Amino acid sequence: MDNREVLICSGTGCLSSGAEEIEEAFQQELVDRDLLEDIEVKKVVKKTGCVGPCSLGPIAIVKPEKTFYGKLEVQDVEKIVTEHLEQGNIVTDLLVEEDGHKVEEYTELNFIKGQKQIALKNIGEIDPASVEDYLKQEGYQAVEKALLDSTPEEVIKEIKDSGLRGRGGAGFPTGLKWEFTAQAESEQKYIVCNADEGDPGAFMDRSIIEGDPHKVIEAMTIAGYAIGADKGYVYVRAEYPLAIETLASALDIARDRGYLGENILESDFSFDIEIRVGAGAFVCGEETALLKSIEGKRGMPNPKPPYPAQKGLWGEPTVINNVETLACVPEIINQGSSWFNGIGTESSSGSKVFAVAGDVIGTGLIEVPMGITIKEVVFDVAGGIPDNKELKAVQIGGPSGGTIPSQYMDLEIDYESLNEAGAIMGSGGLVVMDEDTCMVDVARFFLDFTQEESCGKCPPCRIGTKRMLEILERITSGAGEEGDIDKLQELGERIIETSLCGLGQTAPNPVLSTIRFFRDEYEAHIYDETCPAGVCQELAPPYVIEDETCIGCTNCVDECLVEAISGEAGEVHEIDEDECIACGACAEVCPVDAIYQRSQGKGDA
Amino acid sequence: MGAEKFPELDPIFAKYRGKKGTLIPVLHEVQNRVGYLPEDIQKHVAQKLNVPLSKVTGVISFYSFFSTEPQGEHTLGVCLGTACYVKGAEALVEEVKDQLDISEGETSDDGKFTLTVTRCVGTCSLAPVVMIDNKYYGNLKPADIPEILAKYQDSGQEGK
Ligand SMILES: Cc1cc2nc3c(=O)[nH]c(=O)nc-3n(C[C@H](O)[C@H](O)[C@H](O)COP(=O)(O)O)c2cc1C
Ligand code: FES
Repeated sequence: MDNREVLICSGTGCLSSGAEEIEEAFQQELVDRDLLEDIEVKKVVKKTGCVGPCSLGPIAIVKPEKTFYGKLEVQDVEKIVTEHLEQGNIVTDLLVEEDGHKVEEYTELNFIKGQKQIALKNIGEIDPASVEDYLKQEGYQAVEKALLDSTPEEVIKEIKDSGLRGRGGAGFPTGLKWEFTAQAESEQKYIVCNADEGDPGAFMDRSIIEGDPHKVIEAMTIAGYAIGADKGYVYVRAEYPLAIETLASALDIARDRGYLGENILESDFSFDIEIRVGAGAFVCGEETALLKSIEGKRGMPNPKPPYPAQKGLWGEPTVINNVETLACVPEIINQGSSWFNGIGTESSSGSKVFAVAGDVIGTGLIEVPMGITIKEVVFDVAGGIPDNKELKAVQIGGPSGGTIPSQYMDLEIDYESLNEAGAIMGSGGLVVMDEDTCMVDVARFFLDFTQEESCGKCPPCRIGTKRMLEILERITSGAGEEGDIDKLQELGERIIETSLCGLGQTAPNPVLSTIRFFRDEYEAHIYDETCPAGVCQELAPPYVIEDETCIGCTNCVDECLVEAISGEAGEVHEIDEDECIACGACAEVCPVDAIYQRSQGKGDA
Repeated sequence: MGAEKFPELDPIFAKYRGKKGTLIPVLHEVQNRVGYLPEDIQKHVAQKLNVPLSKVTGVISFYSFFSTEPQGEHTLGVCLGTACYVKGAEALVEEVKDQLDISEGETSDDGKFTLTVTRCVGTCSLAPVVMIDNKYYGNLKPADIPEILAKYQDSGQEGK
């Protein structure tokens, strides 16, 4: 067996494409062949957190060669065990093919090659349940360096010099935040890790906790030491049961090993961490609302100032940092601030994790250096758009962010450039949209989200977003009026200026940015009563039946909800275009694909 | 004083005694045990934690995770997060509603499923996604729904 290890990606993506069956097959195969005892099997066949290229799952990586086997099926396992584990030969047939050649090492995959992994560094390398694995990756060395060799001021200076900025939304300099809190006068201080991850399209925080939980623990301990807090909380959303479980057992292990608790590493610093589970409210990702929620109250935000650095949890000075922000901290302490500062752009150092999803070939998690262009992310790393479709836009920053059109694809990603383009870095949700996406509908989708999640405390957000949503619904249903676009812009700007918290202050962004770049689509909905992308059903063109293909099976006649289709069995069927609501149900049941949607505008099919 | 009403919940209160800000963790654990949070349970929690009932009901109504109605045997969540939406998840919601003859938040007549709509379950690369209890089904089309539901229909077991 030559010390080989098989790492099975057990991120949620791979789990749902069958990673558990693959893992069991490996274990069974090794036990059946008497290669290993039951106990040893677990040391050879290991689970790892989300490796990243979810669309290639289930995934196994064989070490030490780091051979990448993707899209595995149970019957492939036997071959890998015989040829690779027993005989030492890579199974070329099962490798992933890219640009006409087979890729052996997983670091050579396009998806991984273009990345600069800092926060995600260990994920795919280690078993999250094993602290030994973490220790092998310089784990808990940063906390040792901080506690035993540095003063809190030195730790803060290192973080300040690194240029690290918050990865959870606003991009506030982390070192400054720590410094303010360290300088606040109080006996009791807290450090809180924000793992609420509310952006519906982002899942990096979850992957970090599930794949490398000790990293978060180590970082919080360092932060606690720097600011003088002896207690930390991790606020995880309830939708992430596996992350909660993984973190809870890592906390137990860290306590056992003396990385948490009284006199950590025999220093005079004591620190411990408690998990708090959210309960399904998006606004609780906002820091002041989150603190209320930890206190056991309704999660309504407070106006700032005072900032949590002065008056946070139970009125005490508190640092709140995002999971990904924290995950950079041990790396900075280990490698030095100038190393980190050397990556990225002038204003934004380091790298950023993006959750790439939507109409793109390579979906999953990527961590790329700041300053990379959107084009490089979408085409070089994530492989481009499937089905030969055209890229239309990318949405960055989720419900607080904006939509950037394809002509801006050379934009270099950093905090400032995204702001200028009407988007925000946000937590790093990056949804790719192809030509079939309706931008008005996308705007309506996000506003529907924020409207529903508005906590209701301040009127601009509560009422203003509702008004905006009504207008958007009117437009997408074909009842848009002259002046609606101006109204949306006016309302949007007013909500941004007058809302109490970041939720309202950013809620109009998806609408304003789509108006800015796709005004013609809004106008087409309002003035021409057409949805150019063919998405908005009330405006969608009707379906038609191709006479020469129809076999008269009556499937569509039975399926049509509005009884718009006529014709007896054996006869050619016909759709009444005035009755048709363009739901597409008929096309789905047609056995011979005789039904298609009349394409927009010119009347050509 | 009469006999304690919900002795099975005592360990939960004991676990959090003396800690700060425990209402939400306690409600999580109680809901885990009981399945939902009806009025008599709410009163009991208020009394045990020594907080006003209005605070308990206020918290429960604020957080969508807490439910005051009994839930179906399985929770079926259709993700309507960004990635899933862009990939057509709305059609999945419609299909589930049709199949089970229920709306969002309702439980099917046979008590098998409660339909919820969630915002990003964190598996965007598999969009569109349906989650039944803790199991994910990805890359779905409406036509896949009946087969998935059927797996849960007979035994109440999680389908493989
Ligand atoms: C409506 C709203 C939702 C937010 N959701 C999150 C979230 O889910 N996760 C997060 O880390 N920050 C979120 N934030 C940002 C936090 O308020 C806060 O800025 C952040 O946690 C600070 O950490 P950082 O400096 O490390 O980024 C949200 C902000 C707003 C206004
Ligand atoms: S949007 Fe559905 S899983 Fe993320």
